[in-house]
Amino acid sequence: MLELRHVTKSVGGEAHIHETSLQLEPGHFNILLGATNAGKSTLIKLLAGLEKPTSGEVWADGANVTGVSPQKRGIALVHQFFINYPHLTVYENIASPLRVAGVDRQDIDRRVRDAAEVLQLGPMLHRRPQELSGGQQQRTALARAIVKESKAIFLDEPLANLDYKLREELREQLPEILGERGTVVVYATSEPTEALLLGGKTALVHEGRVTQFGVTPDIYRTPVDLVSARVFSDPPMNQAAVEKRGDKIVFGDLAWPAGSGMAAMPDGPFTVGIRPHFITPHKRGKGAVKLSGRVEITELSGSESVAHFSVSETVWVSLSAGAHPFRVGEAHDFFLDPTHCYYFDLSGQLVATGGGHG
Amino acid sequence: MARVTLDKLRHSYLEAPAAAEDFAIKEVNLSFDDGGAYALLGPSGCGKSTLLNIISGLVTPTEGRILFGDDDVTGMPPDQRNIAQVFQFPVIYDTMTVYDNLAFPLRNRKMEESRVDVRVRDIAAMLELEDRLQTRASNLTPDNKQKISMGRGLVRDDVNVIMFDEPLTVIDPELKWKLRSKLKELHQRIEATMVYVTHDQTEALTFADQVIVMEEGEVVQMGTPVELFERPRHTFVGHFIGSPGMNILPCELKGGVASFQGHDVALEGDITVTKGHAEIGVRPEFVSLSRSGIPATVRKVADVGRRTVVEAMVADVPVNAIIEGDIPEVGSQVKLAFEPAKTRLYVDGWIATKENGR
Repeated sequence: MLELRHVTKSVGGEAHIHETSLQLEPGHFNILLGATNAGKSTLIKLLAGLEKPTSGEVWADGANVTGVSPQKRGIALVHQFFINYPHLTVYENIASPLRVAGVDRQDIDRRVRDAAEVLQLGPMLHRRPQELSGGQQQRTALARAIVKESKAIFLDEPLANLDYKLREELREQLPEILGERGTVVVYATSEPTEALLLGGKTALVHEGRVTQFGVTPDIYRTPVDLVSARVFSDPPMNQAAVEKRGDKIVFGDLAWPAGSGMAAMPDGPFTVGIRPHFITPHKRGKGAVKLSGRVEITELSGSESVAHFSVSETVWVSLSAGAHPFRVGEAHDFFLDPTHCYYFDLSGQLVATGGGHG
Repeated sequence: MARVTLDKLRHSYLEAPAAAEDFAIKEVNLSFDDGGAYALLGPSGCGKSTLLNIISGLVTPTEGRILFGDDDVTGMPPDQRNIAQVFQFPVIYDTMTVYDNLAFPLRNRKMEESRVDVRVRDIAAMLELEDRLQTRASNLTPDNKQKISMGRGLVRDDVNVIMFDEPLTVIDPELKWKLRSKLKELHQRIEATMVYVTHDQTEALTFADQVIVMEEGEVVQMGTPVELFERPRHTFVGHFIGSPGMNILPCELKGGVASFQGHDVALEGDITVTKGHAEIGVRPEFVSLSRSGIPATVRKVADVGRRTVVEAMVADVPVNAIIEGDIPEVGSQVKLAFEPAKTRLYVDGWIATKENGR
């Protein structure tokens, strides 16, 4: 297990990481999800020992390793920009960390071939990196990381520079390649969909803080606050100011049942959040709330349709399966499913949900 | 503005190309209607950037012509072609204000200041940058910088075509959604011819009215997002578009019937080609779990937030299904049903069924 205990990091008096405690276990992916500059890479550097915390401690397998160099910690790192030695063959690239560690030749050969097989690089072992595709080059970098059989492996947006389809393939393979080893896997990404696909546990990172940490699909479904909901949404979650009055939620001229969680809250202003796929152009379910709006923007992806529509001053986004022929400027009815609403107080904390699963 | 025609274009980076594989662009015939929104979509190395550079004049094709309207511009240098281009990384002057950055392409063409002012304010309003006009560009966030970069592409009203070369690759997902919607809205308002180059299917499909899918220097299919999704002409398009892509299943043909692992599969229409390598193509969206159907064993279940992807094995062939409702356990036995109207046959990669109902 790898742990941050009350770790902070400041540079020149500016806080890069606010006090953070995290426990990362082997056996599944530990994902750091957040926008560019949210602090993901700094967290990785702190965990890997590439940077020293300003305060707090880093623990690995029950030992305090704060200040211990990364070389002595038995870790591996894969960056966004795949780094291979251009003058060495794929075989020698993968073997390099083992040669440095003084592993004997037979052992090296076995481990290189094992890693190459897992990453489907067998036929490429005698090529040089520039003769490979981008995906094969990144797989070579990954093979070099797994061949070490390290205690922890850090992947900092390793797929960001690859083609969409290649990313899809590697995303599929990575949990199978890395998930079942006894290694702590830490994976940074800015893409919510990637986090969901890789599963495991996710820490949401925003402006130098971990706002939520837990089992990936659970925290997707139950964000603790508006910031976490925003970090873990793609497309962005709809948000609107509403008022709670008695057993109703009021939005302009519309009202819908508050649900048991909200009914217990005091009357007053709240923010409602709802993911775009719970606002659809067709009525689904009895309790659906009709939003009559004007279509502002339409996007059609072939399999899904997106419409941005305005109801008085608020713009909502609807996402539905199939191709819907929306026209810009037209009036159109949409249906919001109140059971999938999240309610946040004015400080942004989640206070209740509409009862369904987000 | 003008219609852009690519006539029998071939391009090779070699001095004396001979074989087909020497050509980065094999033979491309395309035309872009005035005011249309187009996307060139394909993996790295498919030739899409070469094609863009041929249109802009940075690359002169080995063979063929480029026409703007009726004018042959094949030998014309880039600065005389009257085109605007937006790149992956924002190209702006950090020391200038937002206003001066947006005005730059107009002043460069000696437009009088009163007209410059009108155009700059128009574009700034569309991009929601009105209140930042006097801000220095260096003080902007990366997405706002890219907005200005787009604004500089859009500000001139005399260009033949505006080209976008992977403009959102470096932008975080949440902002990507916003900028993409903004660009779509701008196209709906400005009605300039726009060509958008990307490897990201979501960007291509949501932005463009017509998407051109390229592979290995050739156009595999040009069509609306719905056409590409619903009825890919080639298995490459089926695989490349959609997440996960189309299931491509090896099959046998006997007496006008396609059979997959010993199970006859109903297709959209009659089979048109019987000799060659036959495969059934059906998208995961059109595979469901049902009471009767092809027996399969669930190998993997991925919860992707708004949908669940089930991978089930029919003998040793994986089949993906996107399902709603009850989620099966890994290892359990299920039955797969393919929606006949959406199930196609491909022979040697190309579609080989009569279109449903025609």
